[in-house]
Amino acid sequence: MSALIDYTLHLADNTLILGQRNAEWCGHGPVLEQDIAITNISLDLIGQARSFYQYAAELKADGSTEDSLAYLRTERDFKNCLLVEQPNGDWAQTMLRQFLFSCYQFFLYQQLQHHTDTRVAAIAEKSLKEVRYHLRWSSEWVIRLGDGTEESHNRMLKAIDELWRYTGELFIPVAYETETGIKFTSLKEAGLNNIRIVFNEATLPVPENVYMQTGGKTGVHTEHLGFILTELQYVQRAYPGSEW
Amino acid sequence: MKSSTIDKKALYTYLEEIKDPEVPVLSIIDLGIVRDIQLNDDELEVTITPTYTGCPAMDMIAAAIRVELSTLGFKKINIINSISPAWTTDWMSEEGKRKLKEYGIAPPNPKQQACSDRLFAPDEAVQCPLCNSFHTHRVSEFGSTACKALYQCDDCKEPFDYFKCH
Repeated sequence: MSALIDYTLHLADNTLILGQRNAEWCGHGPVLEQDIAITNISLDLIGQARSFYQYAAELKADGSTEDSLAYLRTERDFKNCLLVEQPNGDWAQTMLRQFLFSCYQFFLYQQLQHHTDTRVAAIAEKSLKEVRYHLRWSSEWVIRLGDGTEESHNRMLKAIDELWRYTGELFIPVAYETETGIKFTSLKEAGLNNIRIVFNEATLPVPENVYMQTGGKTGVHTEHLGFILTELQYVQRAYPGSEW
Repeated sequence: MKSSTIDKKALYTYLEEIKDPEVPVLSIIDLGIVRDIQLNDDELEVTITPTYTGCPAMDMIAAAIRVELSTLGFKKINIINSISPAWTTDWMSEEGKRKLKEYGIAPPNPKQQACSDRLFAPDEAVQCPLCNSFHTHRVSEFGSTACKALYQCDDCKEPFDYFKCH
């Protein structure tokens, strides 16, 4: 049971933190339509986070709520992967982060929709429809920028250099993932294969022999997460129990 | 009116009164959000499903259902939020599609015609709700709410929302 709670929180934290990061673009997108697009994706991700937090709260059955889990835990309790907490950088970096994560989510949720836990399976099945859309949209952006101008191509190269080191941890199961039944080998294979197809179209190289950072899934984060939580949790910390 | 004299079919008619707060021309029945109603004496169980996981209207809709049904005299109203099977635009009623078009929003195309995974796939042929032309183009895959995309008509030049297939 405790492994299932931790895993559900991991899924929730992944989507909450990336949703929060994407929301930072609100009002700052390069053009209005893309500002709307990235915040729409943010909303989808936060919706998925709510579903997972609600379930985690029910499993914990200790008075936790979806809100207390999102607003009142500290960095070391958060189990999101390192990739989602990385800064937005420029549009290229945000697009690459979204693409890498959507690609991972797409193949992960395809497995999770057949999970033995029916609630996790239902959330995955529902979310997969949204993720499919995010993946297509972010893939097109990676191609548009990679195979665009010299400037946009160089920015994508810089983004890959910045983010690739955080992709390894996605495919290395931690203790609470070992009983999930996820086939990590085929997950990695499918994910990398899709990345290769898109990078090839985008005239971008798939990095090899990169040292991979790990730790996010067990609460050892980069310095960025603390700043995200400071902003995300401010109101509940300053005015405990406040409501809309 | 007494709750004991109401049958299931009548309840659907009452729920027709509840509109989607984001698209007020559509009722929650038109949208296919209400999946089931179970009636046992004075106890009522209504199963609803969200269009998108982040749909901010779900809490409002659940509250509106509660208010509407309690005025009919039901004391115990249980609202179940179910996400499987996942909502699809194919559950939208024909009546709903007609109302959407009249309101100026292009209704969703049938799912088998659209929802392609292919990258840079050609835009879906979406009919302009104003002049009925098929000469339209997609401005953005994302619109003012999660369920819509932005289009523009190349003939009458009108920009419009398309309730995208999901």
